[in-house]
Amino acid sequence: MREVDVSEVTALVSRLYQEANFNLPPDVVAALESALELEESLLGREVLETLLKNAEIAARERVPLCQDTGLAAVFAEVGQEVCFTGGPFRQAVDAGVAKAWQDGYLRASVVSSPCHDRANTGDNTPAMLHTELVAGETVRITVLPKGAGSENMSRLAMLKPAEGIAGLVDFVVETVEKAGGNPCPPIFLGVGVGGTMDRAAVLSKLALLRPAASPNPDERLARLELEIRDSVNALGIGPGGFGGSITCLGVALEEYPCHIASLPVAVNIQCNSARRATGSI
Amino acid sequence: MTTMPISLTAPLSLEKTRSLIAGDKVLITGTIYTARDAAHRRLIELIEKGGELPFELTGQIIYYVGPTPASPGRATGSAGPTTSSRVDRYTPQLLARGLRAVIGKGDRSPEVAAALQEHGAVYLAAVGGAGALLAERIRVAEVVAWPELGTEAIHCFEVSDFPAIVVMDAQGGNLYASGRKKYRQPR
Repeated sequence: MREVDVSEVTALVSRLYQEANFNLPPDVVAALESALELEESLLGREVLETLLKNAEIAARERVPLCQDTGLAAVFAEVGQEVCFTGGPFRQAVDAGVAKAWQDGYLRASVVSSPCHDRANTGDNTPAMLHTELVAGETVRITVLPKGAGSENMSRLAMLKPAEGIAGLVDFVVETVEKAGGNPCPPIFLGVGVGGTMDRAAVLSKLALLRPAASPNPDERLARLELEIRDSVNALGIGPGGFGGSITCLGVALEEYPCHIASLPVAVNIQCNSARRATGSI
Repeated sequence: MTTMPISLTAPLSLEKTRSLIAGDKVLITGTIYTARDAAHRRLIELIEKGGELPFELTGQIIYYVGPTPASPGRATGSAGPTTSSRVDRYTPQLLARGLRAVIGKGDRSPEVAAALQEHGAVYLAAVGGAGALLAERIRVAEVVAWPELGTEAIHCFEVSDFPAIVVMDAQGGNLYASGRKKYRQPR
């Protein structure tokens, strides 16, 4: 057994949530730079240049990349040899989110009761926490600040198995077409296929943790990712939604076994500010 | 398109907004106001009750933004556009009261498009995801109404050379539609 005081969890979550908001991951910067080479629209290229410049300013000045500093989606892989001390893990994660909000001058973007008062929780808690027990004695945490502009355009469908891959691709393309300029293109797409309704949704967000330009190790799924990307780019939405050849910077698809009667498909759209940061204890 | 940007001084004249064409790049200097969902709801309630608005709408620009808090020494934190369609239901009433331009991102309803034409107003887009860069063009920021709304309060921004693109003009032109059509490829 390895003892880990939860204050370390709080400190790590706070650091990662701030880092993610100030520093666009290098793979995302590289994806924007590649898009700049490929984009046919002059205005589209100007948007991409603006986004690259924005990333420089945010890192240099420690100003958030985007004013929507997001809900804190937190993915924790907890080694089962770890024993937490000092308080509940969940509270420690939320304390880290609140600390990041305060220390990093992030935006409080959470309301406590969506149905009625919609009062702001004031410190951007709670985190959207996903915890998984894994082998070993390490705690690995990824924080993905998720803005509502792209999250609101995300969709889920329980397709019929007979609709197959063609139905799946059509659903993803239709989702992006409906979204248009809203989710701040050029976008990334996380696609979760299989499981139950909830499982597909979680998979689609987990897919967004994969670095840009790293295909699914399964060759058939990697080809499907490219097919979806090209179909989406044919929509012509372009950077900023002003028209152009690059709408999607990358597709990450994850699948999971599902019921004989099901074909769940979740599409999680991620904006150009595809922020995430990972660290370990 | 992608010619030299047109300089705009806020507040705007009707003649100026009517001359703008979808696809024009603009640089705005002067005073603009912020409002998101909650502030819009309150503005409309005031209009319907016949109350006095926190600022005179005629010729003004509303920017759909909820900035991050300013860290010490800064006018504002990150301040890029939010999705416009969430306030579509309120926009025609504000345009009828003389609001002349709005800044946001994403498609608008047919009702907003019609109201823009009726009142000679324009819909501008700022680049979504460029909040750090856009904040550098905001020289002064102060809350002018409803501080209890936090980031959703109405702020007054003094901007200089704030960059935006005309997406929907007063003649019915729409860059989102025309741009997409131009680059769309058959699947």
